[in-house]
Amino acid sequence: MPGDSTMDPIRTFLARSFEGRQLRDDEDIFALGFGNSLFAMQLVSFLERQFGMEIDSEDLEMKNFQTVRAIAELVERKIGVKHEEV
Amino acid sequence: MRKFEDLSAREEELRALAESEVAPHASEIDREQRVPPSLIRALASAGVFRSGFPESFGGWGDGGEETVLGHGLMHEALGAASASVQGMANVHHMAGSALTRWGTREQKQTWLPRMTAGEVLGGVAITEPNVGSDAAAVETTARGVGSEYVLHGTKTWITSGQSAGLFVLLARSADGPAVFLVPREAPGLRIEPIHDLLGCRGYMLATLILEECVLPAESLLGKPPFGLTHVAATGLEWGRYNLAWGCVGLGRACLDSCLDFTRRRRQFGNSLSEFQLVQRIICRMMTDVEAARLLCWRAGSLRGRRLPDAAKETIMAKYFASQMANRVASEAVQLHGAQGCGPDSAAARAMRDARVMEIIEGTTQILEIALARYAYRDRAMGGEK
Repeated sequence: MPGDSTMDPIRTFLARSFEGRQLRDDEDIFALGFGNSLFAMQLVSFLERQFGMEIDSEDLEMKNFQTVRAIAELVERKIGVKHEEV
Repeated sequence: MRKFEDLSAREEELRALAESEVAPHASEIDREQRVPPSLIRALASAGVFRSGFPESFGGWGDGGEETVLGHGLMHEALGAASASVQGMANVHHMAGSALTRWGTREQKQTWLPRMTAGEVLGGVAITEPNVGSDAAAVETTARGVGSEYVLHGTKTWITSGQSAGLFVLLARSADGPAVFLVPREAPGLRIEPIHDLLGCRGYMLATLILEECVLPAESLLGKPPFGLTHVAATGLEWGRYNLAWGCVGLGRACLDSCLDFTRRRRQFGNSLSEFQLVQRIICRMMTDVEAARLLCWRAGSLRGRRLPDAAKETIMAKYFASQMANRVASEAVQLHGAQGCGPDSAAARAMRDARVMEIIEGTTQILEIALARYAYRDRAMGGEK
């Protein structure tokens, strides 16, 4: 389970993107119809800047972006990998 | 945020390049409907195709505020000299940005050094006979067969279609929208030129016909279903940014030309610049160009710092700058009078070119929808940014 320090900024960003709607951590973002390209690229920019990482082609899996929790897990996995490499 | 002065030396250099290498050919490009290969070589030597690409592949850099703003200034300089040349550089960078962002190491190593050297020009193939703004509805299909993909369909109005060596092409696969790297010589790809456009006649547009076009599996760029939302969107977002700056250049060239002409031209015993109705037009043009430039500058600053609102600001810059280009070019024709309607009139060419700008990289109306959504979103969050 990802920590709140990862989840909170993501929750805030998504709430802002979806006009204040607070998503549950396991709510399917795509099923709610929020998967347009403007949102998608903004999410990528946000994650990269917020967490100092890079989303690359390998990360492009629906399951990585489907819910708040999935996004946070992706972030923690990426940051973890980065730390290990260092 | 960087100040204009920080990049003034770079700006001067880029303007000098565009004025000496591109501007003298602008009329010929429009008339002949092609960018001469000698000019493409000269631009390659000057490094135009390196702008916006990572240094590790021979580029001038693809990130950071100063680099992104410098890239914009290059498009402004090119746009002032020739909208057609700016368009060629634009789609080259759009294709390259998608490849840089989402390509595998092998894909980048194969293509980017040749693209930055200007040996291979890039093109972006999204539009189809039945698909314009609604890119998610593309009808070109990509079928996985063993270790290959077989593409079938038609792409049209493709800028640099007559000259690009590599197309970043959006298709529909069983897994959703998918983008492919399609070399010009791919088997099953036929290219038919399109001529006699309203404006931007040197775009060297073409229709790409894919009939059982076979591509190796490693031609897939990124992964479906992210082909549109991430891969093509990366190129489109840069395309809007580049084009917005190109429009600023077009507007500035019109303004400069009008300032010179109205000083020189005399009617009723006075220079046109002495007439207050002319001064009003000049004032409006100047303010319009400057406002667009500020929006582009802000978009570039945000993009360079990779801030999420960069997408919104980029749309706003393109939305305003493309309309500004139409207003300013139309006024330029008006101020030049009969000379503005002549066969080789730069003002007339600018007016025809500007008309195209409100259609490509997101029509004005599509951008209005997107911007309105951003406005409601920001309001719902109490104006929080």
